[in-house]
Amino acid sequence: MDRIDTYPTHVYNEFNMRPGRPYPFGATPVPGGINFSVFSHHADYCVLVLFKKGEARPFAEIPFRGMFTRPGTAEPFWGDFRIGNVFSMVVFDLNYEEIEYGFRMGASQPKVERGKPGLHRFDTSQVLLDPYARAIGGRDVWGQTPDWDKPYPHRGRIVYDDFDWESDRPLEIPTEELVVYEMHVRGFTRHPSSGIKHPGTFAGLREKIPYLKELGVNCIELMPIYEFDEFEGSRTHPETSERLFNYWGYSTVGFFAPKAGYAATGSAQDGTMVADELMTLVKDLHKNGIEVMLDVVFNHTAEGNEFGPTISFRGIDNVTYYMLTSDGYYFNFSGTGNTLNCNNPVVRGMVLDALRYWAAEYHIDGFRFDLAAILGRDQNGAPMLNPPLLEVLAHDPVLAKCKLIAEAWDAGGLYQVGSFPAFGRWAEWNGKYRDTLRRWIKGEGGLVSELALRLQGSPDLYASRGPTASINFITCHDGFTLMDMVSYNDKHNEANGENNNDGANDNNSWNSGWEGETEDPEIKTLRFRQVKNAFALLMVSQGVPMLLMGDEMGQTQHGNNNMYCHDNEISWLDWNLLEKNPGLFRFFKNCIAFRQEHQVFHNRWHLHSQDYMGSGYPDISWHGVRSWQPDWSEQSLMLGFMLDGKHARGGLGEDNSIYVFTNTYWEGHDVELPRLPEGQRWHVFANTGAPETEDVWEPGTEPALSDQSNLFVGARSVVILVAK
Amino acid sequence: MIEIDIETIQPGTGSSTTSQGTVVRLKGEIDAVSAAAVQQKILPLSVPGCRMILDMSKVAYMSSAGLRMLLSVYRQISGNKGKVVLVGLSDELKETMSMTGFLGYFTVEDSLELALQVISQ
Repeated sequence: MDRIDTYPTHVYNEFNMRPGRPYPFGATPVPGGINFSVFSHHADYCVLVLFKKGEARPFAEIPFRGMFTRPGTAEPFWGDFRIGNVFSMVVFDLNYEEIEYGFRMGASQPKVERGKPGLHRFDTSQVLLDPYARAIGGRDVWGQTPDWDKPYPHRGRIVYDDFDWESDRPLEIPTEELVVYEMHVRGFTRHPSSGIKHPGTFAGLREKIPYLKELGVNCIELMPIYEFDEFEGSRTHPETSERLFNYWGYSTVGFFAPKAGYAATGSAQDGTMVADELMTLVKDLHKNGIEVMLDVVFNHTAEGNEFGPTISFRGIDNVTYYMLTSDGYYFNFSGTGNTLNCNNPVVRGMVLDALRYWAAEYHIDGFRFDLAAILGRDQNGAPMLNPPLLEVLAHDPVLAKCKLIAEAWDAGGLYQVGSFPAFGRWAEWNGKYRDTLRRWIKGEGGLVSELALRLQGSPDLYASRGPTASINFITCHDGFTLMDMVSYNDKHNEANGENNNDGANDNNSWNSGWEGETEDPEIKTLRFRQVKNAFALLMVSQGVPMLLMGDEMGQTQHGNNNMYCHDNEISWLDWNLLEKNPGLFRFFKNCIAFRQEHQVFHNRWHLHSQDYMGSGYPDISWHGVRSWQPDWSEQSLMLGFMLDGKHARGGLGEDNSIYVFTNTYWEGHDVELPRLPEGQRWHVFANTGAPETEDVWEPGTEPALSDQSNLFVGARSVVILVAK
Repeated sequence: MIEIDIETIQPGTGSSTTSQGTVVRLKGEIDAVSAAAVQQKILPLSVPGCRMILDMSKVAYMSSAGLRMLLSVYRQISGNKGKVVLVGLSDELKETMSMTGFLGYFTVEDSLELALQVISQ
């Protein structure tokens, strides 16, 4: 039976219409037409602007309030398609594939000039992007120089959201079993060495799924994939005249649209196809047991401060969407010019709608929130004890099984690692884990007690949440790669064109004896060992490990610790390294497999340092050069720990016991091993001090130690043993 | 840049029933408008156990609506215990179908002869 609301009630010029539905916001195909719905608290004038795809001038402008006629009559009457503060109408007979749309908004306030402060920034000469646009045209092919004179550069497109997921659903892998691989969609496969058909795209990433499977990760975290403008802040390097881009994309143009330039199908300018390509990627990753997490940027937008471009939010309802000072300047807690007004109830609703959309329509498994501390600030910027947005996300029914991860600090000085308002649900990027591990690996003293906490999942920070609240990482996109961390003392960001002033100065890195590239075999050997030491410790820590794309093959950025602007061979993953450094890849792969095989690393709750299973060993015990005698002194550069197999998963699992010893001293030491129960012997899984052919074993093939009571642990080495 | 021609296509011009089943020849571009017309022509042919070859060799372009039309024809026919084979897909179309996940649903053959063999099995 046909719906009775598929018939027009209003006519404007040649367009047939009827009042729309406020929900859902955005442009939604309905039988016979498209429902357009947009919120503005302060606009009293709103016009739908329709373009034929790519054309500079609109082919229609249809008011949401104005004079209409009834079908078949010529008599004008006043019509008002507005409920509350939402303008909504259905326009019939539009070819949804052919059109791009936007809005004009106006109010009685005087226009505020660019560069001047102002609470309201309505300007009816501007066509505005729908904040809920599910596809956005204008940057369809990455790096293709836009026509700067073309009005309305970022254009809403319609998505026909009927993707056939078949039986796919988010994987819901228990958080404690995740191994996260942080990656940049374009950088992962753009390098000519990737050897695939569609470099730099979602489709290209899909071609590399077998590689991810082989490495053994079960979750990829994608750096921003919401539509952004790679030309934002684009400039040429003053000396090299190379074009610098917004390569990372931490600057959102639209929260509901995937980055078209990341889709191999982007050039077709078909929003639905872009969505299909990304959904197909997610579906295939799920088929291969790999979750997809998105790095989302809800703290600010691409509109910048009062000098920035008017794209969407500021022209639709500036005072609602942004945190403003009382005289109309933008608060800048994000360090990028503006701050999204996340704890305004309407904006909170938009954030929630966006996340639900990605979880429900794209089957996304989790989210990592960039500068998440901002999400806990009130509308004047003050941190709140119980931020409603964070609470809403923690308890939302659609997001209930999604992983929620906070980057628990912001550019306004709020640092909440360990104290982020978590509502029992939020995990955090553990910056303290990163700093402690880096300092330990370079050989700093005075750290052994803190190291013990970090290896246990930081119970000092996450007492009530358990180790799964701790996303452990040593490197991420922001900073050195792992190979650079052991090759450079200082950042070398000259290529960024900011006189090396950008990027962090406290890298906690050590160059192993020479700054930068060297052919010195001893230094090179030490660097590889240090990389392995770092990764081995990451893989035996309680909590959720995350590694940076390329670290498994020794990717270098030549000492640059802030690659945000480079779309070139420094930032792209060089797949040749896989052939150059096969031993490194083998080490990483086996360490991941080892972690996944052993439940003693998968504790949901903190360890107790007690034997509550009657096994004769505490769940975790600490050791030094003499077993059972850890050296907690300031000078100590060695620590051993044993995880008891009978206490795996809080005693619910059954596993082998594992012994780990880390020595950051510049000399090797004989280390006494804890005695095992009758019938068990120590086998060596990894020994970074051994020659490369013997520094790691495939899980299950570990050789037994000939001496079960003592082991020589080499200078700056990590040893991992398994009891069998 | 792909220019989209919104001229409505008259599909199925070469449609003929062979002893093995139906061959539907399509020509032109399949977008949101023409996809509906194609579907209207094809669906009546989807009788229980039907065998259908869709000859795509003259299809220069398919939009996301075209891809959807194909999938819904496939669903309809396989739901009727029928069989559908695509033939003559250009490399570009095959690539688009692969990137968007549609290719995996279909049996694709390079020539009509091979397709006839497949559907007569």
